Amino acid sequence: MTSRMQTVRRVSLAVVRKDLRIEWSSKVLLNQVAPFSLVIMIMFAFALDNEGILQRVAPGLVWLATLFSMLVIVQRSFAVETADGALDALRVAGTEPLGIFIGKSLALMVQLLALELMLLAIALVLYAVEPTAMGYAETFATMLIATIGLGFVGTLYGGLGAGARGRETLLPLLLLPAVAPVLIGATRATEAAFGSGGAQSSEGWPWIGLLAVFAGVFGAVGALAFGPMIEE
Amino acid sequence: METVVELSGVVAVLSNFPALAGIDLVVHRGEIVLLHGPNGAGKTSVLRVCAGLLPIERGEGSVMGVNLRTHRESVREQVGLLGHSNGLYLELTVTQNVSFWASTVGATAQEVALAMQRMKIDGRLAHVKASQLSAGQRRRCALASLIVRRASLWLLDEPHAGLDTAGQDELDAILQSAVSSGATVVLASHETQRSRLLATRVIKVDGGLISGSES
Repeated sequence: MTSRMQTVRRVSLAVVRKDLRIEWSSKVLLNQVAPFSLVIMIMFAFALDNEGILQRVAPGLVWLATLFSMLVIVQRSFAVETADGALDALRVAGTEPLGIFIGKSLALMVQLLALELMLLAIALVLYAVEPTAMGYAETFATMLIATIGLGFVGTLYGGLGAGARGRETLLPLLLLPAVAPVLIGATRATEAAFGSGGAQSSEGWPWIGLLAVFAGVFGAVGALAFGPMIEE
Repeated sequence: METVVELSGVVAVLSNFPALAGIDLVVHRGEIVLLHGPNGAGKTSVLRVCAGLLPIERGEGSVMGVNLRTHRESVREQVGLLGHSNGLYLELTVTQNVSFWASTVGATAQEVALAMQRMKIDGRLAHVKASQLSAGQRRRCALASLIVRRASLWLLDEPHAGLDTAGQDELDAILQSAVSSGATVVLASHETQRSRLLATRVIKVDGGLISGSES
């Protein structure tokens, strides 16, 4: 392993451990984000109070709730970096930006995955969706791949908005259009997994493949752009 | 004596405004150099040039042998710049903060313990969240982070700001101790009366130029 890769690995581990420790200590995901996404799911259920419709649109609702909750997690992830100038300090210290990007992306992915599992459980109960065994496998694969893409793109745009004035409104404006491809791909794949609207399980795998491509593109762009972006 | 900082005719620009208009400065290892001057004189810009954050437009500059014109990013690992904020994670404890900075450079748990001991933030304070610390305790925690990062050039911008007299005394002792351990300190300060007693050399900066020097 080259010296740079060793540094990237060391910084990534330090950052992911630090971010998860902050979450563990503050319990923002548990006490604020999870209830927020639960409320979104319940409001959807009230608004679309028809079992047939709910089952049909459940995959889209799960992913919309994920994206809205992700905005809160990303805002929070960078708020802790800017509260006492820690992101600036990392930059000033010459800390490997690729390591920061990977570390923050991994921490975001872990939190998103936990949230998505909760949202899936809520969808099973509230929206009465009944995936098959293959459907569950497809759902978990979709979650995993989509979360990788969301983790990368969330960190990239979180870093972009970190120093900006009015970042609370800027982040949704920038991030939501960027994650639209993931929303479409993940929703289609989950529809196939849930069998929504008569979709077949096999129809989901090409969408999962597309999600993998998005994850790769977002990861590569983030790896290249994150350093210069926080430098500005 | 080993030269740590060497700036020669350095011109640096901030938002199309010449922040430094041809600075000449040499700092040797083990010195505590005080930069003083009015607001907007260029003190912070000198620190930012030395930290590799502000590019040199004209002139030549090097820090610990690293050419600031060609490799300014490379110098950052050896330099610790402490500005008005402390760079701490407010929801982490003192130990977790210092350990985080240590882990970014691969420093050991023993180095963390020693740095905390030196800054007197071990014991009771070790498990207190940074958000619950006083201004002086946060400053000490930030300085402990500089130590574990193994910074050999400390660039401090208004380090006494926000500290009470006891905190300022402690900071002075910490800086003297850092220098005796091989570090070099350049500080910009308005608190010239206090800083003069600490500094081995005082340099007056005005209008982006060095306008005087005294030992």
